[in-house]
Amino acid sequence: MAETVERAIVRRRDGFTVIDMPAHIDITTEATLDTAYSELSPKGPVLLNFTGTEFINSSGIALIVGIMARARKQSRPVAAYGLSDHYREIFEVTRLSDFMGLFKDEQTAIAAKR
Amino acid sequence: MMTWTRTLRRVIGLGAPKAADTNVQRAAATARRQAVERPPIDIAPNDPLLAYFAESRGAVSLDELQLDSPAVQALRARGSKLVVPLISQGELIGLLDLGPRLSDQEYSREDRRLLDKLAGQAAPAVRVAQLVREQESEVRARERLEQELQVAQLIQQQFLPKRVPELRGWQFAAYYHAARQVGGDFYDFIELPGGRIALVIGDVTGHGVPAALVMATTRSILRSDAPRLVSPGAVLARANALLHGDIPPNMFVTCLYAVLEPATGRLQYANAGHDLPYVRGDRGVRDLRATGMPLGLMADMSYEEKETVLDPGEGLLLHSDGLAEAHDPKRNMFGFPRMRDLVGRYDAGQPLIDELLNDLGRFTGSGWEQEDDITLVTLVRSDGAPDVRVLDEFEVPSVSGNERQAMERVAASIRGVDLPSRRLERLKTAVAEATMNAIEHGNQGRAELPVRLEVSTNDGHVVVRITDLGGGRDIPEATTPDLEAKLAGLQKPRGWGLFLIKKMVDDVRVTSDERHHTVELVMRLGGGNDGRDS
Repeated sequence: MAETVERAIVRRRDGFTVIDMPAHIDITTEATLDTAYSELSPKGPVLLNFTGTEFINSSGIALIVGIMARARKQSRPVAAYGLSDHYREIFEVTRLSDFMGLFKDEQTAIAAKR
Repeated sequence: MMTWTRTLRRVIGLGAPKAADTNVQRAAATARRQAVERPPIDIAPNDPLLAYFAESRGAVSLDELQLDSPAVQALRARGSKLVVPLISQGELIGLLDLGPRLSDQEYSREDRRLLDKLAGQAAPAVRVAQLVREQESEVRARERLEQELQVAQLIQQQFLPKRVPELRGWQFAAYYHAARQVGGDFYDFIELPGGRIALVIGDVTGHGVPAALVMATTRSILRSDAPRLVSPGAVLARANALLHGDIPPNMFVTCLYAVLEPATGRLQYANAGHDLPYVRGDRGVRDLRATGMPLGLMADMSYEEKETVLDPGEGLLLHSDGLAEAHDPKRNMFGFPRMRDLVGRYDAGQPLIDELLNDLGRFTGSGWEQEDDITLVTLVRSDGAPDVRVLDEFEVPSVSGNERQAMERVAASIRGVDLPSRRLERLKTAVAEATMNAIEHGNQGRAELPVRLEVSTNDGHVVVRITDLGGGRDIPEATTPDLEAKLAGLQKPRGWGLFLIKKMVDDVRVTSDERHHTVELVMRLGGGNDGRDS
């Protein structure tokens, strides 16, 4: 899972929908994230997997906020895992962490959200 | 031999009405009321009555006592007839004081025996009550003292500078540590017109809340007059005039006030009886002497004003007496000569503060309780020209995505610089954001227009300058995005760039001319403080 990918990948695990986020999240990622969101199963919690993510900029933050806003409209909880210390800090500075649980890895996130 | 306690000097009054009353119940009620109302009598420690009870025990009629005793006179004056000593563990702890019998008869031998017995049983109970009361009042006193200390600490902390000035070519460092009792030490940096800066250090006599309040007042006076008066002698004379008559007569404030001109190193100073500052340079250590009385002692004082120049490489130490007047376990004093000697041996700035404190620790040994506040303020003028080192200069074409390339190149250029990894990550994020803004907004995404980056270190900072050709345009202020509104779909999710830049670095400076627009990202080097300070 640590390999870097340019595309977001959607998969299911234990009733959760997981989006494996791409290596770089910026303005160029908009289309792939859009597609990924449309591929989600219609309801249930969404996990954002940042394990393979190396770079997020302010446009990337905006895309993540966009995903959170769409999920909120459908009343679906969102959680994230696999963030590096630096991006975890950025999620805290931007207060994204106030609206989305941050977890170490997939296991912990699923256990907490179950 | 008996030991006398403070509690002894109070007599428990059990009064009875003077006139007989046929209605016994009414008499008893009156007696009770009077017993409550009779105030205790204070007996002086040297009263002969105490010596008398040291020798003899048992109830004694006041008429029989042949003593030249103010206490006996006072007892007689309020109609007392009989006193019975209350003795607990050999110690006289009080007296039962009885008025005349309700029947107006003399107290019989049987009465006295009964009273002695009563006194023997009451004494331990009274003693316990006394001890409890003493302990309670001690606890209350201790709590009051603790509370007072907390208040004093709060005032003190409120008024001390939160950070030292950051001036090109100068390094400031400061240390303040209050004694448990909290003295009246203070220091301050005041920005003055023309880029000058006032340095203040002072010490109020006394401890606790009174000292803290006088400290706060002095600081406010100095702060309000400093920008207007500038001349150090005039500032101190004015502060003296305002404080004199306004602070308690037994209090005063020693204070050194200096004005530094950073560009030239010129330092004007005046001193209101404070410890002499030391200057350390190539020629050894010199004292900065200027005469003047402490503030608040006498009206209409004038203060000698002197001037010196701090040459490149020279350092200044301002200090309070808390360090020099610390004692070792054998009551030897640390002393000013030792301090002066250390100033000559160590580099001024933070190293000098560290070494002075290390030396103090060795001198006093472990388990030392700090006697007075310790305040140290030092500044050093950098050697020669400001130490600017350009690490890299390059340009990137204004093509979206090039911000990542710029970010990696900046990171590579500061590889040897003392910046903890977490702070490096923050700087990288800020560089990418600022470069992206330069590409998209400054240069409007026109590939032929370059974004120019310069990476340098300067006076303990790493500075990244990012310049585009978008001069003459207004730059929006960084505001905190409204995440709630964005999540509710009321606002677009975008708008994080400037906010992120501001949160990631220690300082952001924006300059522009007609053609160019430059963002300077500044990050303090070293410090090891890898935490977040946003």
